[in-house]
Amino acid sequence: MKKIHVKTKINGEETEFLCQAYDTVLDVLRNNLNMTGTKEVCSTGDCGACSITLDGRLVCSCLVLAAETENKNIETIEGMAKNGNFNILQKSFLEHAALQCGICTPGMLIAAKSLLEKNQSPTETEIRYWLAGNLCRCTGYDKIVKAVQAAAAEMRESA
Amino acid sequence: MSEVEFLSPKTLDEAVQVFSKSSKNGKAKILAGGTDLLVQIRSGITYPDTIIDVKNISELKEISNDDGSYTIGAAVSGSILDEEKDFGDNWPGVLEALKLIGSEQIQGRASLGGNLCNASPAGDSVPALIASGAKVNLHGPDGSRVLPVEEIHLGPGKTNLKDGEIVVNFKFPKKKNNSGDAYLRMIPRTEMDIAVVGCAVNVTIEGNKCIDARVALGAVAPTALLVEEASKLLVGSNFEDDVIEKAAQACENACNPIDDKRGTVSYRKKVSKVLFKRALAKAIERAKRG
Repeated sequence: MKKIHVKTKINGEETEFLCQAYDTVLDVLRNNLNMTGTKEVCSTGDCGACSITLDGRLVCSCLVLAAETENKNIETIEGMAKNGNFNILQKSFLEHAALQCGICTPGMLIAAKSLLEKNQSPTETEIRYWLAGNLCRCTGYDKIVKAVQAAAAEMRESA
Repeated sequence: MSEVEFLSPKTLDEAVQVFSKSSKNGKAKILAGGTDLLVQIRSGITYPDTIIDVKNISELKEISNDDGSYTIGAAVSGSILDEEKDFGDNWPGVLEALKLIGSEQIQGRASLGGNLCNASPAGDSVPALIASGAKVNLHGPDGSRVLPVEEIHLGPGKTNLKDGEIVVNFKFPKKKNNSGDAYLRMIPRTEMDIAVVGCAVNVTIEGNKCIDARVALGAVAPTALLVEEASKLLVGSNFEDDVIEKAAQACENACNPIDDKRGTVSYRKKVSKVLFKRALAKAIERAKRG
């Protein structure tokens, strides 16, 4: 079967892959590139577990076709820690016990990072609305919101 | 499975050419944000043999303002339009309707053109577009044509578009002085749901008098509706209570909803009146600000 050749940047690295027309970015990340940090849960854009950024915009990777990503910039959870060191948000999630089973966590972190890049001092309401597309069935969200607030405060101090 | 083709044309003519050629068998699909299309493919509702990504065509990504009249490309996403502060200042109702669709992740992709072409009776942006008086520029094998938004939908999932025709962009009228628009929807929670009823109102005032009005409803009939009767009642009035009551009744009369798990016929009709009054109040408040 004829495959589509795509050249794109993932976490700053030039990447090439072959895919079929119906393959999503999520399919390619997990199945072709073995980047399984991005999680697959609903596959219909409801849960946000597969969140990535595409040219800086927060999207569900299950709702983006891999073939669309020619010459784009994709950021995934694998690009969050630098040189083996956790990002401030990742540390904050650990410190605040903002995860239990962990399936929603990569998506939460990507979405929270995207929020803090846009808004350094989000209110609790802004955080809750921004993360409305990321479902968590374990934590009850409170610890996640607190972790994001704490990370935001730390980032503001270190800026 | 036979070969599925993915095409990403760079020009309108190229897109129309491939779309009209491959849409003969009804199995070619246009891909804008994909937030409906990919879900439909995933759930087996549709199996296009050709997917045409229109996001590399400049006309569909356009955002421009020609002396107060905006042109917004059909594939511009909610989050990109949200960053155009002037657009939101001019058409807060259209922007709030578009922004109600899904999460931030969906906003990164979902577009006005996609919401229109998906032709769900509950599509949030459609009543707001109708109330704004926006026109749709279409391009197809027989050339271009312009239709008012309210003439696009024929029924759930069905549009007036001809084979091979593509929605290019939306042209908004110049915002009048002392006018304002608003969109409200009723859902059982505050976020991430499908409208039980949606109502958009766009009014122009002079002092306390209504000199122009457009009222549109969503999710209460097979298509979004322009409620001309309500508009007629409002124009020339000073928004007296009895006029508003009559216009609200005109909204209820225009409803032809379905019973489903989200709302019964009688509930939807009743809510259409309430939402109309609230959306009107919000539109008037905005009109007073300029």
